[in-house]
This record gives sequence, C-alpha cells and structure tokens, in this order.
Amino acid sequence: MIRIRDLEFQYQKSDFVLRMTNLEVADHERVAIVGPSGSGKTTLLNLIAGITTPHRGSVETAGQHVSDMPDRIRRQFRVQHIGLVFQEFELLEYLSVLDNVLLPYHLSRALRLDDSVRARARDLANGVEIGDKLHRNVARLSQGERQRVALCRALVPEPSLILADEPTGNLDPTNKQRVVDLLLENTKAVGATLVAVTHDREVASRFDRILDMREFG
Amino acid sequence: MRGSLYLAWRYVTHHWIKTTILVASITLIIFLPLGVRVLIRESAQHLTARAEATPLLVGTRGSPLELVLNSLYFGTDAPEPLFYSDLESIDSTKLALTIPLYTRFRAQASPIVGTSLDYFAFRDLDVVDGDMFAILGECVVGARAAERLGVAPGDAVISSPESVFDLAGVYPLKMQVTGVLEFSDSPDDDAIFVDLKTAWVIAGYGHGHQDLADATAATGVLRRDSTTITANAAVVQYNEITPDNIDSFHFHGDIGSFPVTSVIAVPPDQRSATILRGRFEEGAGFSQIVVPSDVMDELLGTVLTVQTFVLAAAIIMGLGTLATAGLVFGLSIRARQRELMTMMKIGASPGGIRWLIISEMVVVTTAGIAFALALTALTATFGPPLIRSALL
Repeated sequence: MIRIRDLEFQYQKSDFVLRMTNLEVADHERVAIVGPSGSGKTTLLNLIAGITTPHRGSVETAGQHVSDMPDRIRRQFRVQHIGLVFQEFELLEYLSVLDNVLLPYHLSRALRLDDSVRARARDLANGVEIGDKLHRNVARLSQGERQRVALCRALVPEPSLILADEPTGNLDPTNKQRVVDLLLENTKAVGATLVAVTHDREVASRFDRILDMREFG
Repeated sequence: MRGSLYLAWRYVTHHWIKTTILVASITLIIFLPLGVRVLIRESAQHLTARAEATPLLVGTRGSPLELVLNSLYFGTDAPEPLFYSDLESIDSTKLALTIPLYTRFRAQASPIVGTSLDYFAFRDLDVVDGDMFAILGECVVGARAAERLGVAPGDAVISSPESVFDLAGVYPLKMQVTGVLEFSDSPDDDAIFVDLKTAWVIAGYGHGHQDLADATAATGVLRRDSTTITANAAVVQYNEITPDNIDSFHFHGDIGSFPVTSVIAVPPDQRSATILRGRFEEGAGFSQIVVPSDVMDELLGTVLTVQTFVLAAAIIMGLGTLATAGLVFGLSIRARQRELMTMMKIGASPGGIRWLIISEMVVVTTAGIAFALALTALTATFGPPLIRSALL
C-alpha cells in the first residue's frame, strides 16, 4: 500500500511545485503514471522511493512513513522493499550480467548475498531469456536485453514494490512489448505492487489503473 | 567492504588502460627516488667493502682513482706500471706484506691478474674445484669467469692479443686451468689469476723456444761462436707452457725492471702503515701510496652529490605525476556522477560510495607500490653490477 497525504515538494531554484493532496495505491495493484514532461512524474516516484523527501505532507510506502525516516533507515528500507527500474537502465558497463543483477547485494549491507540469492538471480535471468548471457559484459547486450537485466536487478531482492521510470522509453516496439510483458508478469509472480511512469498510452493501457499527473495540477 | 573491493577490482580491470597509466605513474613516483637510493647504497656498499679490505695500494703517480679502480676492480684503464724493484724496496722496509698485481692482459672479457699466492690468503679466496696454480703457465679462474668462458680444471684459456695489427706486440699464451675459485661476489669472480711470472711471459719478458744447441734447431741458427748462439726467425717459439718445454722458458734482463701495475701493501699495524705512508709522501719518486677507502669515499661523495640532484628532480617529477594522478581520479569521479547516483538509489550509502572510490585508489596504489618494490628489488640485485661495470 502506498498512501500520500497533503504532499508538497519543490526543487531548489525551480518554480515547479508538486502538490498532491491524496493518493493511494493498493497492494499488488499495477498503476501507470502518465502526464506531460515536467509534470512531476519522476519526482513522485523519487518521493515514493524515499530518494527525496517532501517539504510538507507524508509518504507511506509498504506501511512505513518513509518521509519521516532518518536517511540510513530510509536507504535500508528502500533496498529491502523497493525495486527500481530506470529509463536508461543504469547498468554498470564494467560488470557482467550476473554482477549487475546482484549489484544491490554488493552495495548494501542490508542485503546478504548467498547461494540462494545467486540461484534466484539465475532463475530470474532464465525467465527473461538472458540466462545464457550471465557472464557476458552488459556493454555487449542489446537495449532490450539491458532493460531485462535492469528488471532482474530490481526483482532479485524480492521487493514488495517496483517503481519503474519510463521502462520502455529507450526501446523499439518489439522490445517495448516484451519488457512490458516481463514487467507485468514478474511483478505479479512475486506479488509486488507496480508503479510505472510512462509517456506511452498503449503501455499505460495494460496497467490496472492510469494516474494522470494533470489531475493533481 | 568485500562488495566494494570486488566492484573496485572489476572497475580497475575493465578500465585497464587508465589503470595501467595510473599504476605506472605511482610506480614511477615511488621507484625513482627509492630505486636511486637503493642502487647507490648497494653499489656503495659493494665498492667500499673491497676498498676497506685493502689497507694500502702503491702505484705510479697519477690518478688515485684510476689506480684503485684498476687494482681492486680490474678496470680496463691500466695506469703506468711500477718496477718490480719498487715492490722489493717496500719489502726491504719490513713495514708491510707486499702483494704484486699485474693487470695488463685479458682473456676475452676476463682480466688476467698476475699476482702471488699471498693474494688468495689476503682476499680469503679458496679453490673449490681443482688446485691452485703451481708452475709457470697455469692459472686459476674466478667463478663467474669459469662459467662465462665455459672452462673447468684441465681446460685451457688463451690470453687475448692487445692488438691484432701489432706484429711486434704480445702474442697469446695458452694457459692450463688448474682450479676454479669459490664465488665471492667480488671482481675476483670475473678474473683469471696467474703467477706474476706467467703474466711477464705474456708480456714478452720471458719466453721459451727450441733448444738451439740441439741438432734439430740447426736451421734456426744464424751464427754460432764459443759464447753466443744467434738465432733467426725460423726458431720455434712456444705459445703454451707444457711439462716438455717448461725448462726452455727463461727471462731476459733484470727482474727488478719488470712491470707490476700496483702493489697491495698490508702493514701489520697502524704504526707501520703510518711510517710507510710517510716515506712515500716525503719521497719525490714517481710512485704514490693511497688508502683505497679514502679514494672510494671521495668518488662516492661525488656520486652522493649527483644522487641529491637526481632525488630532487625525482621528487619534483613525482609531485607533478601525483597531481596528474589526482586529477585523473578527480575527473573520473566527476564523469561517474550518474553511475554513483544510481548506486545511491539502489542501496549504496554515501560512506559506501566513498569506500568504493577509496578501494579503487587502494587497488591502484597497492599495484603501484608492489611494482615499485619489485623494481627496487630487481635494481638492488642487478643494479650494482651494472654500476660497477659502468664505473670500471
């Protein structure tokens, strides 16, 4: 469950103010956020993830008030409960597919890397059809394959919430459909809630609910 | 911490060109001053140890350094020789044990040192394979020279002619190897030692030839009277001393006028040394007495001055290189802002990011230090012989 109340956020040296009086996303719900550029879609995802904190109001994610948490606790909470997928994949070019999938485990002490995690990473990679490329450097993968690696990276800690920022923005139509399929299937398979930002109405139409940022303007 | 180290390792190995340049820079920063210091210290120890083990050296007046380098390290620039009578005159004072050295000749790259048996006791050199030379025409070979020339007891070495175009010059002498000396990590390892008289035979002061009184030498006799036999060029001269012809070898002239390059003087006590030095310093002869350690200290003083300049230059260059390496690291971190931001989003703490960057620096610096130490160790091992060969 995501619950946002009386939210107000403004970047420094910016006239734009994101205001949101009330937003709720139920557990296991799959919500697409649409809206014009600059309407605050990515900012909203960052607030839900606890990457940024609001100036006013509260953000409750998975039953926790992330906006009130100290930085360290919020970071640990994010690692353990939220999977992030980015428009430009944000993979580390110097790592293999497997190392990129396991990256959260290399970076955070809140996650413990063991054989079961490695097995889960392999299963996820097999599920998105990159299982035969686990030891290949990600720089040698296609765009579609890279986004699948990023999807596995978000799923491997078994989060209860997946936040995807324009996950198909850099993909061709074939890969776009494939990645959306995998995103929806895998989120459902792990029982997670999914909130995705997209410009693509066709993609958005496949979600349970579409949330238009203009409604909050 | 393990995760950061792993990621750091993957980063530096993936960006291997940048890493190689940084490692090479750090290696140079450390190795240049350290290597120079080690090289000079090790070389100085090697050079001074032998000089300090040689109390006094007598030679002709001229460059003390040339005298010491030739007599102790068998350098190629031989000073003007002394007369053997100079050695006899020191002997007559009973102020020191005298050891002659005659270092004019070489066999390929190895110096041939004409000396007496006292030299081996003085330098504490033992024959490990075979026996010490006993008669004219025999030699013992230093450990490295034996290896380089590929000789063992029973083999022969041939002295090299000084000039192939000088028909009136010194002819090669084939010498029997009777023994190989133990390795001493000194210039003695590269030398071939013969009795002083054998060296004089190479120099042409002594020789052996057909017995002119024998009937087989009739064609070589030009004129014969009651006291003198005059031979012509047909008389066979020997270029090898064997048990069959050794009796025919003889010396012409006064042995006192025969040459020695220098004389090692070993006084029994400080008082005798002082008296002996006093006599030479008072005298107006054409010989000089030097304390080898003083001469080497003077040389090393010059070397240390050069070292100071080299170190100053290395430190300035090192600071410049360090600044460049720092800049490369700094620019690299700026270029990776987006990557580091992603890491923060997916779980890394600011401290973890700092630790990751530090880990990369540690990996690169450790590799640089390891290479620098390895190069320094190689320099300490192989540098001093190179320095010695450059000086000599």
